[in-house]
Amino acid sequence: MATKDIIDTLAGIEPGSSLDAIRARRLQARDNAQKSYLSLFEPIDAGDVSLVERAAVALFVIGLHREPTMAGFYRAKLAATANGARLVEAVDVEIARGETSGPYGAFPDGPLSVENEAGLIYRVSAERKPELGARLAAAFEHAHLLVFRPRDAAAADMKALLAAGWSNTGIVTFSQLVAFLSFQVRVVTGLRVLGASLGSANAAGAG
Amino acid sequence: MSAANNVNPPVVFTQDELGWVSWIDPLPEAELTARHFAGLVDRSRSKSEYFRLLVRDPEVLEARTKTDKDIFYNVADGLPRAERELAAAATSRYNGCIYCASVHARFASTYSKRRDDVQRLLDEGVGADLGDERWNAVVNASVALAATPIAFGPDNIDELRRAGLDDAEIVDVINGASFFNWANRLMLSLGEPSK
Repeated sequence: MATKDIIDTLAGIEPGSSLDAIRARRLQARDNAQKSYLSLFEPIDAGDVSLVERAAVALFVIGLHREPTMAGFYRAKLAATANGARLVEAVDVEIARGETSGPYGAFPDGPLSVENEAGLIYRVSAERKPELGARLAAAFEHAHLLVFRPRDAAAADMKALLAAGWSNTGIVTFSQLVAFLSFQVRVVTGLRVLGASLGSANAAGAG
Repeated sequence: MSAANNVNPPVVFTQDELGWVSWIDPLPEAELTARHFAGLVDRSRSKSEYFRLLVRDPEVLEARTKTDKDIFYNVADGLPRAERELAAAATSRYNGCIYCASVHARFASTYSKRRDDVQRLLDEGVGADLGDERWNAVVNASVALAATPIAFGPDNIDELRRAGLDDAEIVDVINGASFFNWANRLMLSLGEPSK
């Protein structure tokens, strides 16, 4: 593959290290996590979700996870995307507004209701809506739900995205993007923690 | 929008088989092309509403499916299948995905023959004592990974090692638990389970 493996890069896994060898035992998973990343950020068809929308959502989602190394990566990606640099500051402000801890939310009414936990229902600030536009504003609100309170999701949330101009296919790609990033940030963090426990041969530049 | 009138949503975590109904329109089977079938990986998945929805982005679905299969089905070495399924079930219990939890709790029971312990995880939640250090360590690690911000740290690695997991098995826990943070968010937000 032409692009260096993004999970290895972000987790600081060096070629020839023991974690590199362990990752090689799940080669199909490693290669296809990479293909997932490439399909989302270098798609063959960006008609339903633009490249700048993908990069802005990625920075927002990873920023909410408070993983500085990865947020730095996606901030640079947004800045390098056409029409992206102008959005970086607004996205960073919205990340700060959206910070909380999850998962929380409500279960279907019944015995599980005792486990319901209230929390922040994030909405994009009125000042930044014109800058982000209706599509991205709706996407950020839904992304925040997916990150922190996925069990709150309801059919009405799909209607809100459709009303903001998202197509059915666009909703699928955007949902995959947020869900994939939720996976990627955990694999990277988990591998970085494991690498650090093994010593300097594996943990390069973890931060 | 799909009609959701006939949905009978479960209100508890269960190992029973559940259906799943999409909130937006899957592709009709008649409209699937060679590109879509490549995305589905297994041709039989064209019968599933969930996969015919995700196949709207075939390249992402194909890569996701192949990631999933290797993390869970490649048991040539590493963590036993039952414990990979336990990580998936625990993650789903914690995130609140009743559908995902039903499938993977069932798999965990099948591969471990410990149906009652798995049911305790579903009934009591991720704090349940599952009767041995190894299973408790896998659940604790999965829960720490699912939290946002991520709470997984050196203490989780120590607990997994004390329970007897080697580094390759720990990577399987990380992969399996992380993958369900992907799966849960799709199943929870694009549709709903039905009994």
